[in-house]
Amino acid sequence: MAKHTGNDKLKKHAVYVYSEEQLGYKFSETHPFNQKRLILTTDLLRKMNALSDQDIVIPRIATDDELLLAHDPRYVDIVKKASKGLMTSSQTESFGIGTEDTPIFPNMHEASARLVGGTLTAVDYVMENKALHALNLGGGLHHGFHGRASGFCIYNDSSVAIKYIQQKYKARVLYIDTDAHHGDGVQWSFYEDPDVCTISIHETGRYLFPGTGNVTERGSGLGYGTSFNLPIDAFTEDESFLDLYMTAFREIATHFKPDVIITQNGADAHYLDPLTHLYGTMKLYQEIPKLAHQLAHEFCDGKWIAVGGGGYDIWRVVPRAWSLLWMEMNDMELPQGKLPKEWLDQWQKDSPVQLIPTWMDPENLYEPIPRKEEITEKNKQVLDKALYHIRPHYEKE
Amino acid sequence: MIVEQMMKTNVFTLQPSHSIKDAITLMQENKIRHLPITNEIGSVVGIVTDRDIKEAIPSYLMEDQNQDIYETKIKEIMTKNPIIGHPLDFVEEIATTFYDQQIGCLPIVSGGKLVGIVTETDLLYKYIELTGAHQPGSQIEVRVPNRPGTLFEVSKVFHDHKSNVLSVLVYPDLVNNENKILVFRVKTMNPLGIIEDIRKEGFDVLWPNIPGMTN
Ligand SMILES: [Zn+2]
Ligand SMILES: [Zn+2]
Repeated sequence: MAKHTGNDKLKKHAVYVYSEEQLGYKFSETHPFNQKRLILTTDLLRKMNALSDQDIVIPRIATDDELLLAHDPRYVDIVKKASKGLMTSSQTESFGIGTEDTPIFPNMHEASARLVGGTLTAVDYVMENKALHALNLGGGLHHGFHGRASGFCIYNDSSVAIKYIQQKYKARVLYIDTDAHHGDGVQWSFYEDPDVCTISIHETGRYLFPGTGNVTERGSGLGYGTSFNLPIDAFTEDESFLDLYMTAFREIATHFKPDVIITQNGADAHYLDPLTHLYGTMKLYQEIPKLAHQLAHEFCDGKWIAVGGGGYDIWRVVPRAWSLLWMEMNDMELPQGKLPKEWLDQWQKDSPVQLIPTWMDPENLYEPIPRKEEITEKNKQVLDKALYHIRPHYEKE
Repeated sequence: MIVEQMMKTNVFTLQPSHSIKDAITLMQENKIRHLPITNEIGSVVGIVTDRDIKEAIPSYLMEDQNQDIYETKIKEIMTKNPIIGHPLDFVEEIATTFYDQQIGCLPIVSGGKLVGIVTETDLLYKYIELTGAHQPGSQIEVRVPNRPGTLFEVSKVFHDHKSNVLSVLVYPDLVNNENKILVFRVKTMNPLGIIEDIRKEGFDVLWPNIPGMTN
């Protein structure tokens, strides 16, 4: 494939936005959102010789003006005060912080602004043609709202980044979210904006947080038809997930014609994830980035910014899933077989669970699902409903 | 909740002397399906729905399309003296009226004049709001024995976790009437600790089951 030839030579292939300071986004020792997964992933990539110092770019901290592109000044002010220990939980609870999900921690403002800054760093590399693709695994905090924190997310790096792209680069953005939870914060930020298209594929809100992301949420006003939701059933497996993802992503990209693609790569749709009920395997994380990569080249001259997201099995799932994403971004052949022994040896002693020693999941990871066909059929209906308004109607009888 | 708190007060109306064509235009422009018909002093004298109109105009497939039909006056096709509601009615009450009478909308009348309208869609949306489903949260269903005090025992767990409960529904267990099902929407992304503690209290958490299977 002659994807990266000619004048791309001066340009970096892809950059990896990362510093250990990103681990400062930490609620507590026991909180499920654990950025240790960044160390585990980075180390795995290094041991695969898939990541070198030249690939790494240090994330900057987002400025107040940048945060205010997508956040209410009163909210930012509260986060800053809480960050310095000047607020009690009862004063901040209505802003979604100081709760069990999103407790106050020292320097939470700086830590959150750094995750946003990382995504902005990624944006600048791609939009200024310094790299074709950029990855900020510390970002993807898709539940952050305009005026409050939600679902472990304080500032919403993707919302800020999209506003920033619109303002600075005047580009049309396609945002696609494959986290198992609905990408509500980003969706609501651009619900009325026809120049930003959001797609979220997630477990239905029947039980799972946040509960929104129904197929009928399509945007409003001028933005009607530019929000897409694919709520899939609990127990959905790889095949059906990928069928919806691939069909929707390609049809929507063709219809919307973006200038740049942002992918949110939460890795919590895996069977082993403790918070969700989808039955995905590593196959998902092999296939998801492939199509994003392909479509970015097809529609956007390669412009692809990828961020992290959820992922609560930080030992067995996230490092493998996110490594595959980076390797796909670099056109590396996706690995088969065993993980590097040195990585397994180094981390097994810290891990409370037995690590999975291979890139792909073992066969029989779980018991077969009794109602697989019906689940697949129901998901297919969701797909047809979600795309109904962009498909030529005469094809219907 | 009373009707006054949820009714739409900006109501599109026509008079009995308007034509079917007027009704079609008004309904299409405003994307509505129900039109109260009022007289010159603003009293409700009838109602016209999109269905009444469909029944009145000839099918496109028929040969002898009679264009005059569009000029027919509304009073010829409207339902006269429709069921009406009052701003002080309870929402639960009018929900029963919708169900029993199989109607799609209820004009709200006070002092003999039309003051608002409630449609089936409004009612459904209000119900969704009441269940808390429009706010970020996780849903937890608990099967409990049908005896006094269980709601307290379960909600104590939410209190201990400092979790904000967005809504609670109680309904009978269809399988076994010795039980009830409690449905909570809780403002948290991580309900695992709560679920574990409810189970420790000895209750069944139905979360989630393979569709159609019970555990
Ligand atoms: Zn998630
Ligand atoms: Zn590429």
